[in-house]
Amino acid sequence: MERILYLTHTEADGGLSKVALETLTSAVELSRQLSGSTLRLALWGGAIQTAADAVAGCGAEETLGVTGEEFADSRYASDAAAAEALVRAADATFVIAPASARLARTLPGVALRVGGRIDSHVVGMGAAGEGVQIQRWYYRQRMLATMTRSQRPWFVLVDPGLFETWNGEAGSATPRLVEVDLPTPYDRTRVVGIEAAKSQAQTIRPDADLLFVAGAGWTKKQADGQTHVKDAEELILGFLDSAQASLGGSKSMVEQSAEGEDVLSFMSHLNQVGQTGSTPRHAKGLATCCHGEEPHVVGWRFIHERRAINTDPNCGWAQSKADVLYVADAFALTAKVNELLRG
Amino acid sequence: MSQGFHLVVCGSIVPDPLQTLEPIQGAEGPALKNEMMLPAVLDPWAGHALYEAAHLAAATPDSKVWLVSLGPRAKLQQLMMTIAPKAAFELVALDGPAGGFTEAWETAEALAECIKTIPGLDRSRLLLFGGCASASRDAGVTMQMVGERLEISDQFLAVDELTPQENGTIRILERIEAGRYQVSECAGPPLVAAWATGRLPEPPNNAQLGMQNMRSIMPALQKAQPARVGAEGVEFLEVEVPKQRRNTRVVEDASVDEMAREIVEWIRK
Repeated sequence: MERILYLTHTEADGGLSKVALETLTSAVELSRQLSGSTLRLALWGGAIQTAADAVAGCGAEETLGVTGEEFADSRYASDAAAAEALVRAADATFVIAPASARLARTLPGVALRVGGRIDSHVVGMGAAGEGVQIQRWYYRQRMLATMTRSQRPWFVLVDPGLFETWNGEAGSATPRLVEVDLPTPYDRTRVVGIEAAKSQAQTIRPDADLLFVAGAGWTKKQADGQTHVKDAEELILGFLDSAQASLGGSKSMVEQSAEGEDVLSFMSHLNQVGQTGSTPRHAKGLATCCHGEEPHVVGWRFIHERRAINTDPNCGWAQSKADVLYVADAFALTAKVNELLRG
Repeated sequence: MSQGFHLVVCGSIVPDPLQTLEPIQGAEGPALKNEMMLPAVLDPWAGHALYEAAHLAAATPDSKVWLVSLGPRAKLQQLMMTIAPKAAFELVALDGPAGGFTEAWETAEALAECIKTIPGLDRSRLLLFGGCASASRDAGVTMQMVGERLEISDQFLAVDELTPQENGTIRILERIEAGRYQVSECAGPPLVAAWATGRLPEPPNNAQLGMQNMRSIMPALQKAQPARVGAEGVEFLEVEVPKQRRNTRVVEDASVDEMAREIVEWIRK
């Protein structure tokens, strides 16, 4: 019988993030599938009552909590201490957590402390008899494995964008507060702020329907023998603004800045899509001036509808990987698209 | 700063990203077809960690870099030929599997035990570097478990910048959600930094440095201790490469206006 624990931190406003609510849906579904299982919730942060009330109707047996100013910041030492105390207090055998940056940093060490094991990038989960099976990717989204394991507690970090956001009844919860044995000192690390990437404009929008990916062709010499980087910047920013799209870049594009070539001023490594970049989840993706190397393609694994603009009809990126390839000059076509979007 | 850093970088081999990978069922679980024959490269994010470590060591007197690599000895030797000319380091090799289907917990145990035995390593000055995830297992959990085993309670994941300050603290930028950075200040070593891409390009080859490194690399490979790393307790029920071939419609005879209208309709749909 699995003792399931849904574990997460709260946000600065005391609530839960979108991925945390998606992951709650997966935990509730799993507990319904697994006969005889129990579900508890565990929250930690500077304040937890708002979050506990918001998810009070999810059917969990109990809510455990750790709260206080020392747990407000995203810091390994205090986060790991809080999570460890919650897992031990719940005597959990199966711990489900959202793959936020904070939990991805914290939970592997916590799993080790409590003698458990951890799997990350989990994209599917379900009951198999009295046990649990998960699905996760290997080799950077190139192979999908279905697996189970015997060790407990078993921690899983669930990727975003896979489950519906939990939107059940709110209520009034009374979390059982758990004491935490903080290390001394616990605050050798001090969070001093949050910064945007070098871009002045907001170019990364995880919730956007559309991903616009710019390849290195934007900064190469065009038909007139000249580069037109400023024009490219205006066109791309204009498109992102009009379509409210998120911006991705190919590896060759984002590495140009480090190599001293002409660059798009707003393009950073955070925009990089592919093998050593991100694998974003969007309903649609439009690739411009990209090429077809395998490392780039894996970054498009979770883009459902794909279109591409390229001057080469035999472009390896588009052929068999995109639904539609427009053979055109990206400068001219993007300018026209922007005009229509604004109109 | 009166003392430099002792930088230990964990990093190993992965198949060249340009290779097509195919899973097979091996004697001890899933593996890659022709795994030993596939061209290998230094794991990309671990490579960034190594270049950042070498850069930091060069800028901080009395610092030293060790590269701790767990992989098949013959493949490690091939890899060293390519990275020895790029950064100054001392290799500490472990002879064992480096495939993606091995267990992070077991890998972390092998790496941590190995690091504990490095002669001359001062763990109070330790900056433990590695990639934020491998291109094989792609779990993003190993460095944290190595850090735990070395009792390091200041850990940072997806680091793009690490800057020692004049007062001895270290300023660190970690990637967080929505393309932002969390900025932290740590009191000093020891700490764990699992790197994303960092800020540095891949260094150019330096033949003299390569020859200098190889003098210590070959003995380190010969002394490589065997590491038993598997996936105990894990049962793989299926490993597959999802089909992703699409029937691409090529539009090349339409005008720019027609293409633009079609794209806008698709965006608004």
